[in-house]
Amino acid sequence: MWQFFHKLGSPKWFFGISTRFMPWLLAGGVLLLMAGVVWGLAFAPKDYLQGNSYRIIFIHVPTAFMAQSVYIMMASAALVTLVWRMKLADVFVKAVAPVGLVLTFLALFTGAVWGKPTWGTWWIWDARLTSMLILLFLYGGVIALDRAINDEKSAARAVAVLVLVGVVNIPIIKYSVDWWNTLHQPATFKLTEKPSMPAEMWVPLLLSVLGLYLIFGWLACVRMQTEILSREQRTRWVKEFVLKGRV
Amino acid sequence: MNAETRPAVQLASSSVGALAAMKGVFARDMKVAFRQRQDLLNPLLFFIMVVTLFPLGVSPEVSFLSQAGAGILWVAALLSVLLSLDHLFRHDFDDGTLEQLVLQPQPLFLLILAKTMAHWMLTGLPLVILAPVLGVMVHLDGNSIAVLCLTLLIGTPVLSLIGAIGAALTLGLRSAGVLLSLLIIPLYIPVLIFGTGTVAAAAEGAAVGAYLALMGAFLMLALTLAPFAAAAALRISLSNG
Amino acid sequence: MNTPDAIVHRPDYGALMSEPLPLIPEPLLQAINLQCERDKRILFRELSFSILPGTVTRVEGPNGSGKTTLLRILAGLNDAWAGDLKWCGAPVANHREEFLRNMLYLGHRPGIKPLLTPLENLRAVMAGRRPVSDASLNQALQGTGLAGYENVPCRNLSAGQQRRVALARLLIADEPLWLLDEVFTAIDADGVAAIEALLQQRAAEGGAVLVTTHHDLALPNMHRLVLGKGGVTDER
Repeated sequence: MWQFFHKLGSPKWFFGISTRFMPWLLAGGVLLLMAGVVWGLAFAPKDYLQGNSYRIIFIHVPTAFMAQSVYIMMASAALVTLVWRMKLADVFVKAVAPVGLVLTFLALFTGAVWGKPTWGTWWIWDARLTSMLILLFLYGGVIALDRAINDEKSAARAVAVLVLVGVVNIPIIKYSVDWWNTLHQPATFKLTEKPSMPAEMWVPLLLSVLGLYLIFGWLACVRMQTEILSREQRTRWVKEFVLKGRV
Repeated sequence: MNAETRPAVQLASSSVGALAAMKGVFARDMKVAFRQRQDLLNPLLFFIMVVTLFPLGVSPEVSFLSQAGAGILWVAALLSVLLSLDHLFRHDFDDGTLEQLVLQPQPLFLLILAKTMAHWMLTGLPLVILAPVLGVMVHLDGNSIAVLCLTLLIGTPVLSLIGAIGAALTLGLRSAGVLLSLLIIPLYIPVLIFGTGTVAAAAEGAAVGAYLALMGAFLMLALTLAPFAAAAALRISLSNG
Repeated sequence: MNTPDAIVHRPDYGALMSEPLPLIPEPLLQAINLQCERDKRILFRELSFSILPGTVTRVEGPNGSGKTTLLRILAGLNDAWAGDLKWCGAPVANHREEFLRNMLYLGHRPGIKPLLTPLENLRAVMAGRRPVSDASLNQALQGTGLAGYENVPCRNLSAGQQRRVALARLLIADEPLWLLDEVFTAIDADGVAAIEALLQQRAAEGGAVLVTTHHDLALPNMHRLVLGKGGVTDER
């Protein structure tokens, strides 16, 4: 068990193993996402209230969902960084923070596009949108701190502290934003909390969420590999990899 | 140099108690602050000026001010605390006293707690004391002012405590001030929401006990967790310097 | 990586004082396979040494070889390193407060608040360590040639005088281990000689001193710890 754990922390081992399963992640992810999105956009039934405009949920919900779970993943990795000082955990946090930022931005953007036909305005200080906006700030802070510290080990550990502080705060922020929202504008109707969503709607939604997860996994591997190569550039295995093209 | 007063070498296992060490840190920070009184005044002046901007920039109407007043005061207080955070560790870092603080044979989080308490006494508490005057100037009624002061009294220590984490993380970095704000403002949002929300609830005649209790819970959480996070962050920043 | 605690012999603390030093004394501080990497450059690796009681050791090496970093690692200020550090035979990390209580570190930055007077500065730094009477603090300040300046804010003192305020701690120190980083900076010739005498005395009393300096230290029986040029390619 411990040996496995130790191996998992080795950048070289990760580099080798990830190269092998990355094509599967990408292929599976694209396939599922395509299936989900095509099904959702072209074949799923119209919403009785919003017509076709609701179909953006097949993009909005997966990105919003991923944006939040990426932060949770980062927090788990941050804990590993601080407790076990595992190199790979540092690499993960650094590699996926910008991905999380982009996903959060996409969720906000699709939310705004959805808002235009539904609420008649691009932006509304709705609890969900506001929470996502704050999540965007949190991601921004993590990336800014990482860029500001030169020494990569110190940067990784400082970022880990920040991510953990952030993850403790996320439920508090979410709770207070919800409370703030009810205080200022009593909820008229909630879009994604329909009492029952027909299977024709939630199955494609599930497919695209799963697809996005796999694509995220692939993207994380690509970015982690790049980061590993840059960090380990002085080691023998990276030199051999550059010369021979394999680990 | 003569060395007659020096005791002979012997390994020691006991040192001053943690409480005495905390008192020492607190007393030193207070003393340093009162030697440089202008630095104490600056956040207060900033607080007053930011509040002044709203009647000038938005509207001096009594109806607007009395409705937005609590929010304005809270935002202004939040910004002044933010402005003062850069000093929390910076001077100590530059002159090397921070190194000696970390090397005291004491739990670091307690020493940081003492420093943060001193910071609050020097910045947060004066804001709370000044708030009623500004509350009158933005036409808040008496009840709202009282509740506002209570929320500031519970809320500003939370701002100092969370801020200590950011100040420790950005210690020794270029453009630390702006970065500090970027990291910390999102974390301040719950305190701001409940601070202003409680005043709004009071204005509508609702009971505010539960909201104040919730803010008290924030304070307890910050008191127990923030010093640990700030201590960890401080060690990392010192490792780098 | 750590040696199991069970086989480590921990000396009885009181014994050091009352009995003569054993023939092969237990090292106060022991570094085993220290490695430190900074900005992708290896400062040192596989660095092992022992600091024995009764020794003065000068850390030497060209600029950028990691002298200051090594001292900061030993003091516990820098924790970006790998390897083992032992205090009296046990891992430092497990006995942090006890180690800090017995270690005195003076760094590049003097650790003096410019707004406080020398006396207040000393009081503040001792407040977290052990109770010291104002009388002995004053005596220490006089010992460093600061008589008459006890109540002048340190920002009105010269760089050398400020350094002397920090050095006054050596006169009241009961810590056996001293880690001194470039403490001779801005100190005049008389002062340097006085400090040299203090270092020797500490060693004679059974303490140990680790020092970095660009001055020519003229101490008999001085140990040397030489750091290399650094920047070694990592050949894992």
